[in-house]
Amino acid sequence: MKSVRRDSMPIRSSNDVVLARQKVRQWAADMHFTLVDQTKLVTAASELARNTLDHGKGGQMVIEQVDNHSRGGLKLVFEDQGPGIPDINAALRDGFTTGNGMGLGLGGSKRLVNDFEIESQPGKGTRITVVRWK
Amino acid sequence: MERIPILRMGQFLLVTIQVDMHDQLALQLQDDLTQKISDTGAKGVLIDISTLEIVDSFIGRMLANIAAMARVLDAETVVTGMQPAVAITLVELGMSLAGVRTALNVESGMELLYQMRGDFHSELEG
Repeated sequence: MKSVRRDSMPIRSSNDVVLARQKVRQWAADMHFTLVDQTKLVTAASELARNTLDHGKGGQMVIEQVDNHSRGGLKLVFEDQGPGIPDINAALRDGFTTGNGMGLGLGGSKRLVNDFEIESQPGKGTRITVVRWK
Repeated sequence: MERIPILRMGQFLLVTIQVDMHDQLALQLQDDLTQKISDTGAKGVLIDISTLEIVDSFIGRMLANIAAMARVLDAETVVTGMQPAVAITLVELGMSLAGVRTALNVESGMELLYQMRGDFHSELEG
């Protein structure tokens, strides 16, 4: 997987979540993803950015246009130094929530992308990497 | 403070969401609408989301909450104009918006509200 271009932005407020959505929309549109795929990417980004803010106490989003044997993809990495996720399998189940949400954030956003990876260490933080391929 | 405007039309309240809402703004709208239903005795709420490019679980929950709170306050809610890509994504995300009435556009949304409140239809026509 080679990197075509890369950028990052902080996620420290709910306005940053809006800006993250807009950035993902812009990149996905530039890459000519279909409207449905753009919508899925932006929605997944919104869920994950909100998780970074609410559960991770803030962090950053790295956005990267990648290329895998001439197949284009948009990769998003959400990183925080928050409390971490003690039980990742439980956190991925629909309906699991520690906050005031629907519990659809993680499991739901996983369904909206092609690749989904969580690394989390209790007390150290969480990194969620997602890719949607064209 | 930034707010989504709520318009009153007879027995109904109309809201058009035209901005990319951050979470506080969505919560504010939920509170404002509930208050307005109580203040005006409105019997229906129409929320047009035709310009919304995404509905994530937070906005979805807000819509479901508004419908539930309105119901408790004796008002019906109709959400109109959801874009097809938004609908596809929302269902894949895992939200079916059970309990929220929907219509394809504002016109059929208004019709639906009148139907649900048949008694007010005649009042407006007469």
